[in-house]
Amino acid sequence: MAEAETPVAPAKSAAPPVRVYRHRLPIRIWHWVNAATLLVLLMSGLMIFNAHPRLYWGDYGANFDRAWLVIGSTPDNGYLRLGDYRIDTTGVLGRWTDAEGEEKTWAFPGWATIPTSYSLADGRRWHLLFAWVLSIGLTLYMLWTLVGGHLRKDLHVRGAEWSPRHIWHDVKEHARLRFPRGEAAARYGILQKLSYIGVIFVALPLMIATGLTMSPGMNAAWPWLLDVLGGRQSARSIHFITAWALVAFFLVHIAMVLLAGPVNELRSMATGWFRLPPEREEGA
Amino acid sequence: MSQIMLPRRQLIARAGGLVAAAGTLPLLAGCDAINDAPAVRKILSMGEEMNRASQRALMDRNALAREFGRADLSPYFRPNGTRLPAGAAYAAHAASGFADWRVKVTGLVARPLSLSMTDIRAMPQRTQITRHDCVEGWSAIGQWTGPPLSRILAAAGVKDSARYIVFRCADRLGDALYYESCDMIDALHPQTIMAWALNDALLPIANGAPLRLRIERQLGYKHAKYVNAIEAVASLDQIGAGKGGYWEDRIDYEWYAGI
Repeated sequence: MAEAETPVAPAKSAAPPVRVYRHRLPIRIWHWVNAATLLVLLMSGLMIFNAHPRLYWGDYGANFDRAWLVIGSTPDNGYLRLGDYRIDTTGVLGRWTDAEGEEKTWAFPGWATIPTSYSLADGRRWHLLFAWVLSIGLTLYMLWTLVGGHLRKDLHVRGAEWSPRHIWHDVKEHARLRFPRGEAAARYGILQKLSYIGVIFVALPLMIATGLTMSPGMNAAWPWLLDVLGGRQSARSIHFITAWALVAFFLVHIAMVLLAGPVNELRSMATGWFRLPPEREEGA
Repeated sequence: MSQIMLPRRQLIARAGGLVAAAGTLPLLAGCDAINDAPAVRKILSMGEEMNRASQRALMDRNALAREFGRADLSPYFRPNGTRLPAGAAYAAHAASGFADWRVKVTGLVARPLSLSMTDIRAMPQRTQITRHDCVEGWSAIGQWTGPPLSRILAAAGVKDSARYIVFRCADRLGDALYYESCDMIDALHPQTIMAWALNDALLPIANGAPLRLRIERQLGYKHAKYVNAIEAVASLDQIGAGKGGYWEDRIDYEWYAGI
């Protein structure tokens, strides 16, 4: 019995998990509405791209003008041309087989577009309506982050966080898949802050601005926007590139959710409540 | 036989495509059912109304589309849609240099007109270098010359009851003649012209000879080519299928094509 008197620290896992209220309702609603909206915008956007799968810089660009990106097909191949570099994409881009086994030669395959069969008119209908959903949602979100303090409390990058040392440390921790635990897990790290700020305040507004710049009506209303973005075809190219930057963000975002504990992360974005992962027992 | 002779890589690609397609087939069919549901189509068309209303609210009714310099001209102005109207009548007009081409101005007007190309070229002209944006995504810059539509409408004495202008064309696409329409704001806009010249030359047939509409704050399909009649109307209900244009009637292109 005497030996058992040695005090033993209670195992951390035995303690009830600490729960924190991490995401308030407006954020949660916006997050999920935005997820669905961006998916519709991406897929209908690919349909619109299919109508003219070439990208240019400057004010004009049509067939026979120099395109920096082309997704095309020859009688036997699908290809992607980037500048002078050309890769065979048969089966995926430019030349693929649909559900009925029929060979198609439009750029993005039917499973990636809204609707699945070629219709520029319908793709535009979906795209232009959901562009409103994105724009209104983003505006409300921005107002709410300002008024509700989300921006100041959660996204604001503090002085010390800007130090290259701190950022490099966070990069290394991410590379080793060592995510913050305990109290720190409830706060955003520097990389999280920068990527969310990048998406919310740079990428999404840029998508809306470049989208507006492709409208001949808006060009007459706000000609300065066209000057900022370098012409209609440049705006179209930037719109396309930024869309893929958002896809890249989505992939990293999903990977991080999976690595950090998908159930806890999904729960917190559904109910608001986040379970703090217990502190690491160093040396254990 | 050609099926058997397919290169191996193509066979693999096809097989891969089939497997991917089979897995997603029910999902895709579901998506397309949503796309085709009448209630959904009604909701989707709200976007067009919101775009029109917000652009009209933001934009001065006479706000100009950007005009460019000669150095900005596209090396080649790509034609689209009909490039040569079918039929003996148009061929005869083309052969005679459109000497007998008439443009009728009818409908809600005090003085119906029948204008020859000489009449049209004798009117006050406007020349503008503008960017043409196709709904498909490409753009081309060209210089256009022709009388402002407002001049033609004034000559005909358009009545106050007119709310839309309909443009009828000589080119038949599939089952019907092409047509388009716009409201009075766009019809009376200073850059809305009936163009007979492109880049200092007579309008080529592929680009709409002898006369086409330029309606610079809207997408390319609104810029009707081969125009032979201009009609002022109070409503679009009785024109075509009632949606205001050839593509609008058939595949639901937006009537307001400012975006």
